[in-house]
Amino acid sequence: MEKKDYRPMWKDLGLNLEGHDQLLAVLGNAYKDIYMSQENRPKAMQYLDFVISEAHGLRIEELMEEKRKGNKVIGTFCVYVPEELISAVGGTCVGLCAGAEIGIDEAEKVLPRNTCALIKSFMGFKLAGLCPYIQASDLVVGETTCDGKKKAYEILNDYKETYVMEIPQMKTERDRALWKGEVLQFKERVEEIAGRKVTPENLRQGIKIVNEKRRALQRLSQIRRAAPPPISGLDALLVNQISFYDNPLRFTRNIHTLCDELEERVRNGMGVAKNGTPRILVSGSPMALPNWKIPYVVETSGAIVVAEESCVGERSTRDLVQEDGKSLDKMIDAIVDRYMKIDCACFTPNEERIEHILDLARDSKADGVIHYSIQFCTPYSVESYKVEKTLQQKNIPVLKIESDYGMEDVGQLKTRVEAFLEMVKG
Amino acid sequence: MRTAGIDIGSRTVKLAIVEEGEIITSSIADTTHDPLEQCERLMAQTSFDRILATGYGRHFFETHFDVPTVTEIKAFARGAKEIFPGCRTILDIGGQDTKAIALDEKGRVFKFEMNDRCAAGTGMFLEVIAKTLGYELGEFGREALKGEGTIQINSMCTVFAQSEVTSLLAKRQKRENIAYGIHVAILNRTLSLLKRVSTTPDIVFAGGVARNPCLKYLLDEALVRKIKVPKDPQMVGAYGAAMIAGDSIEIDRSIY
Repeated sequence: MEKKDYRPMWKDLGLNLEGHDQLLAVLGNAYKDIYMSQENRPKAMQYLDFVISEAHGLRIEELMEEKRKGNKVIGTFCVYVPEELISAVGGTCVGLCAGAEIGIDEAEKVLPRNTCALIKSFMGFKLAGLCPYIQASDLVVGETTCDGKKKAYEILNDYKETYVMEIPQMKTERDRALWKGEVLQFKERVEEIAGRKVTPENLRQGIKIVNEKRRALQRLSQIRRAAPPPISGLDALLVNQISFYDNPLRFTRNIHTLCDELEERVRNGMGVAKNGTPRILVSGSPMALPNWKIPYVVETSGAIVVAEESCVGERSTRDLVQEDGKSLDKMIDAIVDRYMKIDCACFTPNEERIEHILDLARDSKADGVIHYSIQFCTPYSVESYKVEKTLQQKNIPVLKIESDYGMEDVGQLKTRVEAFLEMVKG
Repeated sequence: MRTAGIDIGSRTVKLAIVEEGEIITSSIADTTHDPLEQCERLMAQTSFDRILATGYGRHFFETHFDVPTVTEIKAFARGAKEIFPGCRTILDIGGQDTKAIALDEKGRVFKFEMNDRCAAGTGMFLEVIAKTLGYELGEFGREALKGEGTIQINSMCTVFAQSEVTSLLAKRQKRENIAYGIHVAILNRTLSLLKRVSTTPDIVFAGGVARNPCLKYLLDEALVRKIKVPKDPQMVGAYGAAMIAGDSIEIDRSIY
């Protein structure tokens, strides 16, 4: 099939066409090398291959069509933004590009060099004109999950209107009240942008759509607990990454199809790795598309990733919004409560995250935990000390990795990961 | 059975041939721009039944010869434990890596750390600074021992340290004192890595940099004379790999 020429659309969106072509070429090659070289992939992964191949094409065209119909596109960077409210007013919530080492020169004009790779990346994507999602967004929503992001949004706002939600730092009643205020204010902003009111009916629908997406991802997470796992960690991470981009209804449907196939594999004892392959839980900073570095290193070193304790993973899918709220007030409360449960490292104290890691290590039958923090990501880097200490007390092997999006440390990372796996195997 | 271990490092390739637990022959060559050719040259001079590869270049060797590999961490752990059965801690400073490895009583690795992507404090660092001071690498440690502890080097980045050394030379500081200061700087960095992992004796100091008498002296002082250095510290990884090749039954491939 002849690929459609999206260049006129990209041009209209104000993308830097030359740079964008280069980006797509690099990403296409990386995807081929990392993803298509995997053996024994589930057939249903074709859906994800297609979404990836059209991530900057067909999907953007769909979003533009939505916009023509008067529906809004809201771009986000964080799992704290209540997608339910966006969905309620007929909007689409999309994750914005933040997972590739791109536009760094541009980003470093406005940001300090020792800023985390994710922040540099989103700034670079915007300043270099390479992210069609941010271009297509009617509003960008930021949040105060770390100082780097918080301050960077002030700068981003000079280039694209950025609405910032305040995330509390603790989990007391006062913090809940603050968060509820933020959710209500965001609801008003979303209503204003969409020109539509959030009603009990459309919010019920919004809650349902987002919960269903989370349920599909929870199902996948359960299936990966099988031995041998029927899907690679790379593919499962991709599913979680795509959950921020694709139409939620289509995504949910296709992930259930994938899960059907995976369950069939489990029934037949079929896996993507031999029995006895070390099972690894990756825990820590988010791995935004196309950051595949850690599972790539792990899975080319003779192990398999069986879970991600990450915002692109369990942190975003673990909890559902209660669906029994009858009034708008009750539904808002349900949303507030659900999001207050998120165990982001920006909270203090954050003991529940450590509990969740222990639970997940047990449930996913992990032989070891790799704690990944993006370099200069203070919340996760600092918290890794407590994570490591607790895991060691429970005799769960743990390896701490701090890395950015560059590839120059892959050789050393491989040595460290392989030595860790030798240790895990005993 | 004769087993071989080949340790392909960033600066040198080491080959050890082992029979009944003892090294019967060993050889070493610079890694150069063509490590594969160097490996082939070393291997052509000897014979063995099986081989196991380790070191930075193990993966290209694995691909080329279809030979199993282990990491340097496991290889050094095994080698050090064979040479010094009481070994509980290993410090390996090679061409571009520094590793600290902690072993349990049975010699199993239970913790390790290595430097990040930067070569500060490694053999490469010593090489660059020695050259800046006009020393041969082989005499650098010996000459540094003649220096006095009057100079503090603040920078551990190879490039910054080099310029710091250049400016000290411009201030007419004695080069052996600068050399001593450089060794103290490496010592401090190494100690902080060791303390994060283990300082349980016996501490075995291996890798090419263990041939440097000044660093060995300083470490010995700092760790109250608990440092043990093998006769041929560079060969520990290759020896360990050859020993591991001997116990794995599934590895049965000879390439020559």
